[in-house]
Amino acid sequence: MTGVAATGVRVLGLVLRRCLTMAVTLAVISALVFLVIKLPPGDYLTNRIAELRASGEAASVSRAELLIRQYGLDRPVYEQYLMWVGLWPGPAGFSGLLQGDWGWSFEYDRPVAEVVGDALWLTLVVNLAALAFVHAVAIPIALYSATHRHTAGDAVVTVLGYVGLAVPGFLLALILLFYANRWFGLSIGGLYDPAFTGKPWDWPKVRSLLAHLVVPTLVIGLGGTAAMIRRMRANLLDELAKPYTVTARAKGLPPLRALLKYPFRMSLNPFVADIGNLLPHLVSGSVLVSLVLSLPTVGPLLLEALRSQDQFMAGFILMFTAGLTLVGMLISDLALVWLDPRIRMGAR
Amino acid sequence: MSPLLSIRDLSVAFRGDGGPVEVLHRLSLDVARGRTLALVGESGSGKSVTAQAILRILPRAATITKGRILYDDGGRSSDLAALPADGPAMRRLRGRRIAMIFQEPMTCLSPLHTIGDQIGEALRVHTGAGRAEADARTREALVRVGFPDPARALTTYPFELSGGLRQRAMIAMALILRPPLLVADEPTTALDVTTQAQILALLARLQEETGMSILLITHDLGVVANMAHDIAVLYRGRLMEAGPLRTVMRRPGHAYLRALLDAVPRFDMAPGERLTPIREARPALPAARAVPAPAGPILRVEGVSRSFTLRSGRFWSAPRNVRAVAEASLEIRAGQTLGLVGESGSGKTTLARMVMRALKPDAGRILFDDGRGPRDVHGLAGGDLFAYRRHVQYVFQDPYASLDPRMSVRQILSEPMEIHGLDPAIRRSRPAELMAMVGLDPGALGRYPHAFSGGQRQRIGIARALALEPRLLVLDEPVSALDVSVQAQILNLLKDLQAALGLSYLIVSHNLAVIDYMADTISVMCRGRIVEEAPRAVLFRDPAHPYTRTLLAAVPDPSLDHPLDFAAVTRDLSDPARWPEPFRLAPDETGILQEIEPGHRVRRSAARDARAA
Repeated sequence: MTGVAATGVRVLGLVLRRCLTMAVTLAVISALVFLVIKLPPGDYLTNRIAELRASGEAASVSRAELLIRQYGLDRPVYEQYLMWVGLWPGPAGFSGLLQGDWGWSFEYDRPVAEVVGDALWLTLVVNLAALAFVHAVAIPIALYSATHRHTAGDAVVTVLGYVGLAVPGFLLALILLFYANRWFGLSIGGLYDPAFTGKPWDWPKVRSLLAHLVVPTLVIGLGGTAAMIRRMRANLLDELAKPYTVTARAKGLPPLRALLKYPFRMSLNPFVADIGNLLPHLVSGSVLVSLVLSLPTVGPLLLEALRSQDQFMAGFILMFTAGLTLVGMLISDLALVWLDPRIRMGAR
Repeated sequence: MSPLLSIRDLSVAFRGDGGPVEVLHRLSLDVARGRTLALVGESGSGKSVTAQAILRILPRAATITKGRILYDDGGRSSDLAALPADGPAMRRLRGRRIAMIFQEPMTCLSPLHTIGDQIGEALRVHTGAGRAEADARTREALVRVGFPDPARALTTYPFELSGGLRQRAMIAMALILRPPLLVADEPTTALDVTTQAQILALLARLQEETGMSILLITHDLGVVANMAHDIAVLYRGRLMEAGPLRTVMRRPGHAYLRALLDAVPRFDMAPGERLTPIREARPALPAARAVPAPAGPILRVEGVSRSFTLRSGRFWSAPRNVRAVAEASLEIRAGQTLGLVGESGSGKTTLARMVMRALKPDAGRILFDDGRGPRDVHGLAGGDLFAYRRHVQYVFQDPYASLDPRMSVRQILSEPMEIHGLDPAIRRSRPAELMAMVGLDPGALGRYPHAFSGGQRQRIGIARALALEPRLLVLDEPVSALDVSVQAQILNLLKDLQAALGLSYLIVSHNLAVIDYMADTISVMCRGRIVEEAPRAVLFRDPAHPYTRTLLAAVPDPSLDHPLDFAAVTRDLSDPARWPEPFRLAPDETGILQEIEPGHRVRRSAARDARAA
């Protein structure tokens, strides 16, 4: 049908235009990120050299000075920036973000890609688990509480929600860790038993990962669950009062079917629009909990990199999160186009 | 034969802060088979609550406290009031045996689901029909309600349709299972007058075809006179009067219905005849004052045009240009009223906004004469513009949205005076005068808008517009958001104020009866063009343009002697390309206004002259 084809062309156009603006946005963000990292006086290496001089380790000083030349840290800031992006020839030719070289972590004395690699996907696993938990728990509760407004059940859920919002995550994490260790013999902290460190991913290690996932999922998810119940309930209450909900009842639809087909579907829009904020949160969020639970995720790495001015490391993580934000926004826009015909047709 | 539905002793109460509030008190009425019962009343009379009680879709806070609702389902009578509201027995009746249509076809349809999905849904739920069968039956239903392209309509969304088509879709949805009873809650109130006539004609035809009964809830006695077989009048939750339409309308036994009939503007009113509001506003009018009147017209609009650019949904296609107003000209004499009539989208509000200088015209001039000679409104600047703002004031359609709920009435009334830097002594004393002028108690100045009814709020809006002693009031649908019983009160007030203060009015409305009652001269707008203008008496006696004629023919008259000609209104004449010669206009053609008698001008195509020449 022509309508479908026209919509297809429109969506394709949307994607292309958005990719273009995303590229421009990323370029601007990269400049800002670099600027912010460079703002404090000195960098990792000059600080290190000063430290080494103070302790009289002259041999190491020359090694650090070599690194400074190798990474062009003695060049003007704009050159450094362009080299980092990959638009300026460094000592090793064009080698920057555009070429897929994320740079060197001075702190770990290893390439950034190596340091971050494992942490990235573990972060995604932890936070996706938390996200799934939030939705699986919050949506049914919100549906119940919106349709049973001002009943005892609604009140109980509301109070629990507030408690969930108010309890500090790291505190809950400590308590849960303690009992998980005492009752189930789970090792404290980390995402798998220390015995598996450096081992290949076989079944026992995955099982250990799953067992260790429970506490972080609960802790990270709980605050989000409470917030989501509140928002979902409020959205639903708005939609439940709309005339089309009454129309559905007047048609003789069973209550649950009417609820899911009309008000629930309508109330999803704000959440879909939120994906853009959610994705970067998956990486950089939950730093405090990760620290307390000593999870090998990206959050603590970023914190450390920023503190020690490990510039390529910090720069890469920040760029990665920015990229995720943009991708998330594209996904949410496309999902809205798919979900909501009003947006698809460009009306109102 | 026993009635299809009979309500006995029905009482409904809402939970309130101070205990239950009874909104329906021991109502008894019958809906006969194959007939239409009109349930008439003002807002708050309990007519919608009755409909919701029948379908058991009352709001959560409301409960049926007493009485029975007996529905005869093929010889088996069941008491709806006794069934669990969302139980299977009630659900089997809803949509299948009793269906309902609502006032707002836009908000009653889900914007996320196609028309086809929503119409076929009742069928799938009640009969277990599959997609394909539901689609086929939906297409049939769409044909029955007069959809131009039913196959395409299946996959369209409500926002792609006009108001009239949306309401047709709602009707198709309600009637797909051919229920014996249709409850229609103000089904045409949100529609334009020609669309309303078409929908009414459709309902009448469907009733003839299927023999269904209709419970028609409305406040419009014109609709009642044209649709109903029986009538029941509600007032504050109590039944005032019920019976066959002819008996009741010809000899209303109850004072309330008589009063309601007298409060509605009619076309056959004698010149100078006043409406009799149910509750009269008692304005304390100042003595008539001499206003320096300009020699010529106070406002002249000369060949004004305005286009809007619509960004289309497609990403690469060029934006569309829509001419909202095309070379419109108007003239208002000092102390007189010009009525601007048109349906939604005709450009009448755009024109009013340009007079207010809220929008800039693309071409043409708007001349205002404050007694010192006409000057172009859009050329004013600085102090002259500030003075113009004082002279021309606006009264809005929606008395709820146009008053800031966080400002007291005193603040609302004195704000314009503060802006214009009036003497503090006047600022203190004038709000009380203004309140008295619109018939409100000056003692209520400290209260906030929510403490007032719709009609009272509209009077506050008028008082605010009068605060700066303007010369010209632009009244944008001043009564269309109000109950009939209050409309007369506001219209009379506006007339009295005009006489006392020497005001000139530009009144914009889609309601021809209101314009007829208020205006000295009338301009009819359609698709951005003024198609006909004439003194009031002439236009209604002798309309020349086919569009004006359709518009007039579509107004339901409350008297039983002027029934709507349903055959005439089903022709859609809102498209200039479909007008008969010599009126037909090409899409971009403006045509010319031709004077056919003094003061009576009609737009027709200029192309014909060119061909003849």
